[in-house]
Amino acid sequence: MAEHNSIWEALGFRKASGVGEAGWGRTLIVAIVSFIYFLPVLFIIFTAFKPQDAALSVPPTLSPTSLFGLIPGQFVFTPTLENFGSVFMRSMTAGGAPEPTGFDRYFFNSIVIASSSVLLALVIGTLAAFGFSRYPLKGNDTYLFIILTTRMLPAIVVIIPVILMFRVVGLSGSYTGIILLYTAFNLAFTIWMMKSFFDELSLDVEDAARIDGSSDTRVFFKIALPQVIAGLAATFVFGLILTWNEFLFALLLSGPDTRTVPVAMNQAVSSGGRGTDWTLLAAIETLFLIPVFLVTFFLQNHLLRGVTFGTVKR
Amino acid sequence: MRLSPDNWKLAILAGLAVSAAAVIALPASASFWIIGAVAAMIAAAFVVNAYRRKYYGGLLVAPAIAVLFVMNIFPLLWSLGLSFYAYQSNQQSIRFVGLANYIKVLTNDIMAPANWGALVNTAMFVVLTVTAQMVVGFLLAMLFAKQFPLRKYLLILVLTPMMLSVVASGVFFTYYYDPTFGILSYVVNAITGGQFILMSTKVGAVTGIVFADAWMWSPFVMLLVLAGLVSVPKYLYEAAAIDRVSKWRQFWTITFPYIRGLLMLALLFRTIEAFKLADLVILLTKGGNDTMTISYHLIRIANEQNKTSEGAALSYLMLFMVIVLTNLYLYIANRRSQGA
Repeated sequence: MAEHNSIWEALGFRKASGVGEAGWGRTLIVAIVSFIYFLPVLFIIFTAFKPQDAALSVPPTLSPTSLFGLIPGQFVFTPTLENFGSVFMRSMTAGGAPEPTGFDRYFFNSIVIASSSVLLALVIGTLAAFGFSRYPLKGNDTYLFIILTTRMLPAIVVIIPVILMFRVVGLSGSYTGIILLYTAFNLAFTIWMMKSFFDELSLDVEDAARIDGSSDTRVFFKIALPQVIAGLAATFVFGLILTWNEFLFALLLSGPDTRTVPVAMNQAVSSGGRGTDWTLLAAIETLFLIPVFLVTFFLQNHLLRGVTFGTVKR
Repeated sequence: MRLSPDNWKLAILAGLAVSAAAVIALPASASFWIIGAVAAMIAAAFVVNAYRRKYYGGLLVAPAIAVLFVMNIFPLLWSLGLSFYAYQSNQQSIRFVGLANYIKVLTNDIMAPANWGALVNTAMFVVLTVTAQMVVGFLLAMLFAKQFPLRKYLLILVLTPMMLSVVASGVFFTYYYDPTFGILSYVVNAITGGQFILMSTKVGAVTGIVFADAWMWSPFVMLLVLAGLVSVPKYLYEAAAIDRVSKWRQFWTITFPYIRGLLMLALLFRTIEAFKLADLVILLTKGGNDTMTISYHLIRIANEQNKTSEGAALSYLMLFMVIVLTNLYLYIANRRSQGA
């Protein structure tokens, strides 16, 4: 019996015990809510597997299997992998030979641009947040507010001067330009978010370390930073999601070589005047979802570990 | 004037001389980079100076301010300048007109009613979407607050809507709401027997947009609230249980102080983003049925009609409103946290 228990526990099945833990009853309720919340996404993923003619059928087809006769035949479609192939290779004109669409390049661009700009913003922003939190400048709140202001105007207002500026400098259509722009785009959120995490930390631990002879650098890296890992993970995830899907800046500033997937996706589904190509759009979106989904999933443990794990609260 | 790496006064003097020479002698693209290098040199002097004086606050903040200045604040000031000129991005001419653009945007017979309409709609969308996101996000966070089996796998399902590209999810919402092919109409038609078109009325169109937006961004609020909820030390609840404190009181005295900061942050950022709502409106209604928002209106004015400076004027009026609102809200938030 004891052995049996440990296997269940190893799989994550645990009996309810103590404060802050709930049992399978909670799992059932949350599972139903989560599934309903997830349904529109599930529909997009299923659409990616539909044959072209099933995409716009009335009634809408909902499932690739009949679940042992549970779902009536009119709602069932036969899944196909064709759409994923046509993301990378398809004929551009009616009846033409299949040609490469360049989407491999666009995926590469999205990964390079999003990851480097979010990491850059995280490094610069965390340093700044620590500065704002621990070494307040004269007029600290004013600086913070000006930083927040950079997120308040619609992108279209910032974009015209930026286009002109990039054209003069020769940065338009380059990786450097768009990465720097996205770094700035992420900074405001990173600074505000990380500052609120640093503000929550207890100063007692840091002071104790200083009395014991730790340098300011050491206090930052060995004491403050490890306590805000949850905050770093959350900020990274938010920044990545926003940058990954950003459309307007990418549309107006990326050149043919640095085009990101959202821009290419928009062109691919609305080109040729044949209306929206639903299965193609769904296939691109499904592929596009995978990297950011995986990153979020693996950072989740950090997100949930707790902000002030094992320390004194201010 | 001694020559040392932290003498920033000397660096500024030398920098000004070099950049002035570069602007006169060289073409714009080359002199831009020289001025950039000079700015970097001056910044380096400041950094060394700050480091010698142990001025860590300035040192830590400097890189962020530099990036923001070049990529955001400078363009913002540029467009603020443009709002005082008559300028169209498809023409070469430019002349100073003072406040004429602002007056035109606010009082012109043709422009003003559309602007005010878009503004009222934006206010409506801000209130509706942010309320919906806060309520749904908060309830979801409460569901996930405790440890239970499979929590990890269920949480990622709820987070996924936020990860979708707006292009894809917006286009797919037009499909869900579509009167002939869509799921919603199919279900409603099957129940009522009539022909149901969600987007045909203003109420329906607004509901559709608010629903899609709240669905996408409630997970954002949820994640922030959840980060606060899991940080509450367990021993506080144990102590409260021993003292037989009611659940309601536990929430207000123990839980709420821990999540207040993050809740405020979520509210702040969602409000700012809601003011900029444009993509969903473009995809779902194209501004029809009186759902035009100020941000979409701006895209039309500045990008499609090329009225750059009028767009800039309108957006600065909007910025003014957002700043007043945010300041009010930060003031209340600060006063609360000092009072507590």
